Amino acid sequence: MAIHSNKLSATQYEKNFSDIHPPFETKDAALVEANRCLFCYDAPCMKSCPTSIDVPKFIKQITTDNIKGSAHTIFSSNILGAGCSKVCPVEKLCEGACVYNLMEEDPISIAKLQRYSTEKAIANKWPLFSRKSSTGKKVAIIGAGPAGLSCAHVLSREGVDVTIYEKEKKGGGLMTYGIAAYKVTPQFCKEEVDYILSIGGIEVLYEQELGKNVKLEDLQKKYDAVYIAIGVGLARQLDIPGENLEGVVDAINFIYTIRNTEFGKVPVGDKVAVIGMGMTAIDAATQAKRLGASEVTMLYRRTQEEMPCTEVELNIAKLDGCEIIWLAAPKEVLGTEGRVTSLVAEKMTLGEPDASGRRSPVSTRETFTIEVDMVIKAAGQTPFQQLVEQNHLQHKNGKILVDAAATNLAGVFSGGDCVNGGKEVVDAVQAGKEGAVGIIKFLFPHSK
Amino acid sequence: MANISSNFLGIKSPNPFWLASAPPTDKKINVLRAFEAGWGGVVWKTLGSQVKNVSSRYSAVNYGGHKIMGFNNIELISDRPLDINLKEIKECIKLFPDRAMIVSLMADNNKESWHEIIKKVEDTGAHGFELNFGCPHGMTERGMGAAVGQDPEIAKMVVEWVMEKATIPVITKLTPNVHSVVPTGMAVVEAGTNALSLINTIQSVTGVDLDTLVPNPYVAGKSVFGGYCGPAVKPIALKMLTTIAQNEVTNKVPVSGIGGVSTWNDAVEFMLLGASNVQVCTAAMKHGFRIVEDMCEGLNNWMDEKGFKTLDEFIGKSVKNIVHWEDLDINYHHIAKINQDSCIHCGLCYIACEDTSHQSINLDFGKPYNTYSIKEEECVGCNLCQLVCPVSNCITMEEHRVAPESINWIEYQKRGLPLNDH
Repeated sequence: MAIHSNKLSATQYEKNFSDIHPPFETKDAALVEANRCLFCYDAPCMKSCPTSIDVPKFIKQITTDNIKGSAHTIFSSNILGAGCSKVCPVEKLCEGACVYNLMEEDPISIAKLQRYSTEKAIANKWPLFSRKSSTGKKVAIIGAGPAGLSCAHVLSREGVDVTIYEKEKKGGGLMTYGIAAYKVTPQFCKEEVDYILSIGGIEVLYEQELGKNVKLEDLQKKYDAVYIAIGVGLARQLDIPGENLEGVVDAINFIYTIRNTEFGKVPVGDKVAVIGMGMTAIDAATQAKRLGASEVTMLYRRTQEEMPCTEVELNIAKLDGCEIIWLAAPKEVLGTEGRVTSLVAEKMTLGEPDASGRRSPVSTRETFTIEVDMVIKAAGQTPFQQLVEQNHLQHKNGKILVDAAATNLAGVFSGGDCVNGGKEVVDAVQAGKEGAVGIIKFLFPHSK
Repeated sequence: MANISSNFLGIKSPNPFWLASAPPTDKKINVLRAFEAGWGGVVWKTLGSQVKNVSSRYSAVNYGGHKIMGFNNIELISDRPLDINLKEIKECIKLFPDRAMIVSLMADNNKESWHEIIKKVEDTGAHGFELNFGCPHGMTERGMGAAVGQDPEIAKMVVEWVMEKATIPVITKLTPNVHSVVPTGMAVVEAGTNALSLINTIQSVTGVDLDTLVPNPYVAGKSVFGGYCGPAVKPIALKMLTTIAQNEVTNKVPVSGIGGVSTWNDAVEFMLLGASNVQVCTAAMKHGFRIVEDMCEGLNNWMDEKGFKTLDEFIGKSVKNIVHWEDLDINYHHIAKINQDSCIHCGLCYIACEDTSHQSINLDFGKPYNTYSIKEEECVGCNLCQLVCPVSNCITMEEHRVAPESINWIEYQKRGLPLNDH
């Protein structure tokens, strides 16, 4: 029993990390599905999309063989529409609202159709957007994640010259570094970022990190406005004994390693415990299993009723063979010679509803122990509070406070996970659009 | 079990479903397969004048993901040697003596040619003729097909030639490429035809290829007007059939209904509007001969449910229900009602009414689901909302008479009741 890499053959890795939601194989297959769409008015799917993609319109455009128009409809609302078609929890967004659900019929495969049109646009490098002539205004964006890219694209279309400062070596943010590899490949993420940047007017400077080699005050001087889209990234600590033993990792780092390394080089335990039941917890658990862990156990201190992930996501974990233990909170990690050997957990029960409205877990004081050699912490992420404070940004628990995307600092705007505390990619895209609107108003106060 | 056997001019068939004169009936192998599948009869593909076909021959109109809502062809009458056709007709009759064998004819435009072909075909033992006065392409340029059917005088003359010679029943097939089928219908009935059949295909262009810019069907970079048929033409056929069923001259002879018949339901509608039997082509070309199974079973079940024991009990039963506009009851009024329990909130009724009708539907905004309800005082009862609603029986039209008394347009005017008052 040990943590090591190269547990599987190359073929097995390839199989385990192949696309979990395969695309339509043929145009005819896409047409069968597109023609099912009722073309609702004031469509519930559209109203359930944080970026308000005109879903009936883009699907109708597939049926009329106007794929360029379809991709344009999607990208006009969501420039990361291709990535979102792969990573959005559509079961609680557009597809969850599809009126077919009310007929007890399968909802339209909106994500799959969105993927159909957007992948064609990216593969063929269709130039669907053009820039207005340069206004001479310059904006710096910190973070080339979904919020930053979305903001940059809108600004560039409006003739603003954008420079993005990105701390990593690649753009895409969480899309590139924080999502299960069987949903989006590094290759796809690169193509998506390249496609977004192909509009021109956006320069990305990599390995530029706020608080390290980038200073906000310098950017404020050099640019007409600044947009902060630094996301969240710190894994919430468990604050239990044994948390520093070798073999305890946080899910963000674990997934980051998977996304940056060949699968065969990612170390993984034989018996892995994953703490938490959010999307990231699922991504960590399923990928640990797919990397070759023989047993993966997910522990969540509440019940399925309260879990943050969707049922679809939970089912991925179950189908991958992950064990789920509800009402279990980690109490202590035990080890020998500095390495994890087991996890002690407390059995919980549900008490009164807490601030979030969910019934809060209460300890029964009864404990149990599971033998593990790896513990992955996925109990949520926390904002970069220290960094935010250093830069004199008003915040609440580290989440930057904004009013119509404007922070307390003149000309400094913000949005995405660093403001909302961590939501879906699609929420960050919308935040980026709203940030751009705020910036445009700030830069051109007299235009309409 | 109802009796679905048919007797058309004494020509008996086990059911009222015949295959129309067309590619599916142009040779023995097809016809035997059709009889094995259960078709009641066939109208053998038109024999007569000498022709040469081109390639391609068909094109279609698809709709909403469904193929062949409409279909057109530029194929001519039979291009096989006459003696082979005659030999095969004889063999088919021998193998399936209980099925109807009608032979479609289109001779060159002189009496001798018609008499010659009639004699030869009668020698096969065929049960009847169908005169092809309807083919809208290829033959018309030579004064045949629709060129005959479009001119009542010529049609009458040809039918007279035929009736001089024929000893078996004669059905005259009418072209729809006229403003009304009645004048030709009357002329050929007066000339002695024993029955009518309608409609033949409608001249059409199904579409233009947006890459090559050449219309369909494609023949070496060019196209021609083709004969349109299939489900799309059914409403036109039903209207023309009704005019024949309502005319005092033409309704004296039986009619074989043709035009987009695809199911037993379609067939019943044709028969309710006066057809004694129906002929099918496009649906068989799309799905094969096996469709006749459900046609027979469905017809039988419907007749049992309605209590009809024979076809004659319902043939023509709906003809009287189509009247002139001025005979309609102006005091009849109905209003749409949305069943909120079955509504799926798609908004299709709302946008149709709001954009294109009478703004009679309320929208109460909800996220993500809006609630839609009818403004009863605004609703004119047009049916549009019900027609666009994707849920069966979600929108119903509820009767709200203006007054108990039935009043038609003539009486309405006579009493000086208000006009343009909506």
